[in-house]
Amino acid sequence: MDANQATAEQSQKKHTISLLVENKFGALNRIAGLFSAKGYNLESITVGPTEDETVSRMTIVTQGDDDIIEQIIKQLNKLINTLKVIDLTYESFMERELALIKVSTNEKTRSEIMQIVEIFQGKIIDISHKTVTVEATGSGQKVDAIVKMLKPFHIKEISRTGRVALKREFVGEV
Amino acid sequence: MTQQNSSQRLMSGAEIFVRSLVEEGVEVIFGYPGGVVIGIYDVLLDVTDIKHVLTRHEQGAVHAAEGYARASGRPGVTLVTSGPGGTNTVTGIANAYLDSIPLVVFTGQVPLKLIGNDAFQEADIVGITRPITKHNYLVRDVKELASIIKEAFYVATTGRPGPVLVDLPKDVLSSKAMFEYPKSIKMRTYDLPYDGHQKQLEKAAVLIAKAKRPVLYVGGGTILSNASEELTKFARKTKIPVTTTLNGLGAFPESDELSLGMLGMHGTWYSNSAVNYADLLIAVGSRFDDRVTGKLESFSPDSKKIHIDIDPTNISKNVKVDVPIVGDVKRVLQQLMPLVKAIDTKDWMQTINNWKEEHPLRYKNGKLIRSQYVIQKISELTKGNAVMVSDVGQHQMWMAQFFSYQQPRTHLTSGGLGTMGFSLPASIGAALARNDMPIISVSGDGGIQMNIQELATIVQNNIPIKIIIINNGYLGMVRQWQELFWHKRYSQVELSAPDFVKLADAYGLPGFRASYTDEVEDVLKKVLAEKGPAIAEFKVVREGNVYPMIPGGQSYNEILDVPENEKQEGEEKELPEELQFVTFSKG
Repeated sequence: MDANQATAEQSQKKHTISLLVENKFGALNRIAGLFSAKGYNLESITVGPTEDETVSRMTIVTQGDDDIIEQIIKQLNKLINTLKVIDLTYESFMERELALIKVSTNEKTRSEIMQIVEIFQGKIIDISHKTVTVEATGSGQKVDAIVKMLKPFHIKEISRTGRVALKREFVGEV
Repeated sequence: MTQQNSSQRLMSGAEIFVRSLVEEGVEVIFGYPGGVVIGIYDVLLDVTDIKHVLTRHEQGAVHAAEGYARASGRPGVTLVTSGPGGTNTVTGIANAYLDSIPLVVFTGQVPLKLIGNDAFQEADIVGITRPITKHNYLVRDVKELASIIKEAFYVATTGRPGPVLVDLPKDVLSSKAMFEYPKSIKMRTYDLPYDGHQKQLEKAAVLIAKAKRPVLYVGGGTILSNASEELTKFARKTKIPVTTTLNGLGAFPESDELSLGMLGMHGTWYSNSAVNYADLLIAVGSRFDDRVTGKLESFSPDSKKIHIDIDPTNISKNVKVDVPIVGDVKRVLQQLMPLVKAIDTKDWMQTINNWKEEHPLRYKNGKLIRSQYVIQKISELTKGNAVMVSDVGQHQMWMAQFFSYQQPRTHLTSGGLGTMGFSLPASIGAALARNDMPIISVSGDGGIQMNIQELATIVQNNIPIKIIIINNGYLGMVRQWQELFWHKRYSQVELSAPDFVKLADAYGLPGFRASYTDEVEDVLKKVLAEKGPAIAEFKVVREGNVYPMIPGGQSYNEILDVPENEKQEGEEKELPEELQFVTFSKG
């Protein structure tokens, strides 16, 4: 890999951004609209309630060079309903994603699929003569990996939540 | 409606709306009634505290509100109906958004239960205007109406100002609630940096002390922040020359020897030279717009850069800066003042003054009227004491060049969005904001035809606007680009116009016309002497070009100055050398 390639890859780094927004009319729309209006990459966006019912947490996975990410953070902060924006990329954080994967199956392949699911600590949550539906949870990478492993069996449908994330708490020096 | 006992009484949403505006100190609404807002108009009929100006188009109402806000510094207010009423405001809102003008736009909406139903005159105006407003609201309960209005004015006018839209469903306006206007406001998600960070200020002061070739590059933010006085003191104390952006014109008196006039694509030769050779550039309430920088990589290549701006998203957006200072321009300049001393800019000013002599603003004059001459004459006759409201195109650039601006809020223009049709309606708002100096609206023959219906508004309200039409029979700026960059292939730029003197007569105001240079002064004197509104049309040379010019996306080295032998149609017999160069100086 030459230096230019290295910079290009570095410059397109993935970022996980966590933000707290007031739970008001159109808040999600404003944020999604910002990404499309400014032409920012939006890989996934999740939104849900928090411990405070007036506040929602969003987790955004995006990609861009340092200048773009800086602008994204500033623009998110500028929105009137935004309470807090953290780029978790530079923090220690936990992330999870959930996927429901419906895979074609028959008597021959069923046990092999079940083994894979076991290795990934997933669950079979529905079964029929021709399909099994797998629930898989983990980091984005882990979900990517199980999807890759199941692909040869023919995935009929897939539904992924997008990532949710929280910053880790500091527990003192180890 | 009485002033007393009005609080703590059960009121309709429409009454609450009007009472809230009175509480906000709104003195004028620019608007247009329609089905869902009739309730508000009914209440307005009995209110004496607020004047309502009925424009002839909702776009005109928003531009008028903008003109009011730009001239006064107070928020402009617009009220329109649902559907087309709302969608007609979109251009005006976008215009205000790009120039950070504080507006509160109220739109009627169909009843809540009909929203999403494709009801008559329904449009999702909150969705439509989301990317062009600082914030917007759909009021879903009459109980939150007063607090949303309070918040809307607060958001529009604080921080980096901007337009805020409030959508008012018909049933919210007719349902009742107790009215109490909030005294104060608390928003947990909206806090603003007003003071500059001490460390950054100190870093800036060090750069300023070391500078040999500094330039202050001043934008509209300085005017929005009411910081012209601070800026002027700062420049005079440090002896740093000042160039302004289009929207920054008036922030610094152009009669001052430190003034360089405007910079950028059609800026003065010397301001662009100064910025190009500067070793320190201090951006004050300006945002490194592409019309200023041209090619980013070669913009002011040797300078350290300080950037004062209230909006952090403006910092390092286009140009990397060395010392960003996030804060209100006025406060930051006040903080910086004691940290700086006079620096020795004698040699630098000498260099700049040489450029001023070698490359002044100039044009060749002849018997046919040059637009530049008209503007220059207005500048002379008013001594710079006028509110100049420009439209968009060539005349806009000539107004930036050939008028000597002395005070903030005297040059109103659509800078960011470049909206043709801005001038006439904006001048209505300007005239309502101030009556201490003449309001002069200048448009080309293209722009005037975009919102010409507002002549009726002007006449109906007898608003004393002097309407100048610079008529060259072309969409001049596009024609200039086609001439210079598209091999003179003129496509859809030639346009006809009505006889403006007859048109003036039809609308009921005096109309004058000048077709030759020696008539210009007389016609200007006549129109300026009119008590009420009046129109003056100037038939100017057809193919005049705006110079200097740095073609779009190019660098300082590509700057074009006035050609020596520009000839004009109708003057072919005269030798170019018989035409006299007229110069105009800034500073």
